[in-house]
Amino acid sequence: MLGIIRQKVGCRCTPASILGQSLPRTWPALSAPRSFSSAAKQMTVRDALNSALDEEMSADPKVFLMGEEVGEYQGAYKISKGLLDKYGPERVRDTPITEAGFTGIGVGAAYYGLRPVVEFMTFNFSMQAIDHIINSAAKSNYMSAGQISVPIVFRGPNGAAAGVGAQHSQCYAAWYGSCPGLKVLAPYSSEDARGLLKAAIRDPDPVVFLENELLYGESFPVSDEVLDSSYCLPIGKAKIEREGKDVTITAFSKMVGYALQAAEILSKEGISAEVINLRSIRPLDRQTINASVRKTNRLVTVEEGYPQHGVGAEICASVVEESFGYLDAPVERIAGADVPMPYAANLERMAVPQNSNVLSASVGEPGNLMCPEYF
Amino acid sequence: MRFIEESPEKRTLCYQVLNDDGQTIIGSNYQQISKEVAVRMYRDMVTLQVMDTIFYEAQRQGRISFYLTTNGEEAINIASAAALALDDIIFPQYREPGVLLWRGFTLQEFANQLFGNKADYGKGRQMPIHYGSNKLNYVTVSSPIATQIPQAVGAAYSLKMENKDSCAVTYFGDGSTSEGDFHAALNFAAVMEAPVIFICRNNGWAISTPTMQQFRSDGIVVRGQAYGIRSIRVDGNDTLAVYSAVHAAREMAIREHRPILIEALTYRVGHHSTSDDSTKYRSVDEIEHWRMARDPVTRFRKWVRMNGWWSDEDESQLRIDVRKKVVDAVQVAERVKKPALADLFTDVYDRLPSNLHEQEALLRDTVMKHPQDYPPDVPL
Repeated sequence: MLGIIRQKVGCRCTPASILGQSLPRTWPALSAPRSFSSAAKQMTVRDALNSALDEEMSADPKVFLMGEEVGEYQGAYKISKGLLDKYGPERVRDTPITEAGFTGIGVGAAYYGLRPVVEFMTFNFSMQAIDHIINSAAKSNYMSAGQISVPIVFRGPNGAAAGVGAQHSQCYAAWYGSCPGLKVLAPYSSEDARGLLKAAIRDPDPVVFLENELLYGESFPVSDEVLDSSYCLPIGKAKIEREGKDVTITAFSKMVGYALQAAEILSKEGISAEVINLRSIRPLDRQTINASVRKTNRLVTVEEGYPQHGVGAEICASVVEESFGYLDAPVERIAGADVPMPYAANLERMAVPQNSNVLSASVGEPGNLMCPEYF
Repeated sequence: MRFIEESPEKRTLCYQVLNDDGQTIIGSNYQQISKEVAVRMYRDMVTLQVMDTIFYEAQRQGRISFYLTTNGEEAINIASAAALALDDIIFPQYREPGVLLWRGFTLQEFANQLFGNKADYGKGRQMPIHYGSNKLNYVTVSSPIATQIPQAVGAAYSLKMENKDSCAVTYFGDGSTSEGDFHAALNFAAVMEAPVIFICRNNGWAISTPTMQQFRSDGIVVRGQAYGIRSIRVDGNDTLAVYSAVHAAREMAIREHRPILIEALTYRVGHHSTSDDSTKYRSVDEIEHWRMARDPVTRFRKWVRMNGWWSDEDESQLRIDVRKKVVDAVQVAERVKKPALADLFTDVYDRLPSNLHEQEALLRDTVMKHPQDYPPDVPL
């Protein structure tokens, strides 16, 4: 029975009564202290992305930005603010509204000398350009046996936003993460956003860069090192955001915040949770994940995307393959509900993980005979 | 109130230089070519014909998995290539191997790709006829129809940004013009003022779909104006007309930073590919008419002969020579070793990631343990 993977889907598996029995009813929303040390400066994710783009465009004349509304309008989410004035319309290119068109053009430009950064207004719209991303960008270096490299970045908001319905609220991490030839990054904090976007732009391979609309306006502390123009993070390395010894929680993008909040609350209950910010979906840092699970002996994976063939499913498989003997309890997967995102605010909230899901999964369900020692 | 008619009263004229007898049409305006270039063009057209015959045969004998001929479209292939410069970047569809041939790709190099052997520049990763050569600025053929068209615009944009004195050139068939990528590419090229030449080989058939079922416009050429692109319709079986049109298009594209659309009218004399039998949907008489009476190679031969640049002896000698070279190339390619096991994993990324290292080691172990389950011709 240890091998049975149970999954938490949205709130449906966590009735309020269960929460009421074992956990506080109210959560200090977004108030949990983050694990950054004594950094003094604060920076929003939006400014982190903007400054990373600015610095890379300044450092390399081959880097250019293209997409709908990236120029005059300064980006649908103002990520490209000020860049048109600084670099001109040739390098901050407003395009006609055809995802397949500008993605194809970006790929062609990458084939021959340039390093395009292609902005999707949301990754949902990248579906209109999927042929260029998968059949061309991801495969050309291989099909040409290294003759044609494709140094391109596809970036934009991914996953659930707020109140924008099914066609603006899907997580594509697992989709792109399953495709060889692509690298897939998902930043959480401002440090991640700066370091990973710079790494993506400098990388010789095509990179899918999954941002989160709801994080753009959030501020995070940043150190002087992070603000330095030479700052860059390695692709394929996860970050242990908070060390712990009782349970490992993996998360990426916005869910890292939830995991950290859960860890803070759990610590008051005497449970020490280790939070891993994946940062890179492909390549996946299996080593860091497995090393953590071998230490804590328990694993909870958190994502907003769908459970089937999801990022959590892959992490689970990796841990079962490599660290099965270390597991003291079945892995818990927390994921979005298996439905297209509804618009109505109440339903929308039910469809994605909440703090309470992370918490209850981390302590095991009451009455679960597999891990009674948690209570 | 007046609605614009769905089609103009007169069809767009087709630019021609040579008549069916290989004589220049009186009053036609064309780009002069030297004896040396003309003879080289003719030789490459014949080479293409012979190469197609033998490679097609090799597929029929089961020696390669797939092939696709260029029969009937030799003039578009060779004449357009001759009018371009080597640093112009080619984004082909799959019926343009003549451009590679003109640029110096050898018969052995073609054969190596078809057999997917160790010497293939694609390391045996792409199906036959998906040639690619970085050195010759020929982007590896992409199977999904029309993806190369917007990519060519992107490459043209990069040439423009780097102030290069060259253009991007993309080829596609009449069927491709129904893909969204075609429309996106033309629109973007016009808006971005990209130096790109779109060459549509309107050969009448997209596998079994005739142009009447593909579109209701006056062919492809009229679409150019709709997107704000200068365009020309040319007789694709007229070597001098194709050469002159592409030559002029290149001048305009590079000097004026603008896209140009060329619709070359032709006919696909061969089947779509070796997976197709076109006599099931079109008449043998129609095919034979184009193969015999309208053959672009014959028409150009008449012209080079009339100029005194080519003789019957030259003709028979060339065909014997090329035939022998292609047969030799096939035999050599067949004997060259296949790519090694390690080549399965390289080039997915710029550097081999750890998971592929692991998979390679695992596969090697498995092959060693169970050699009977694996092909014996893969060097470990």
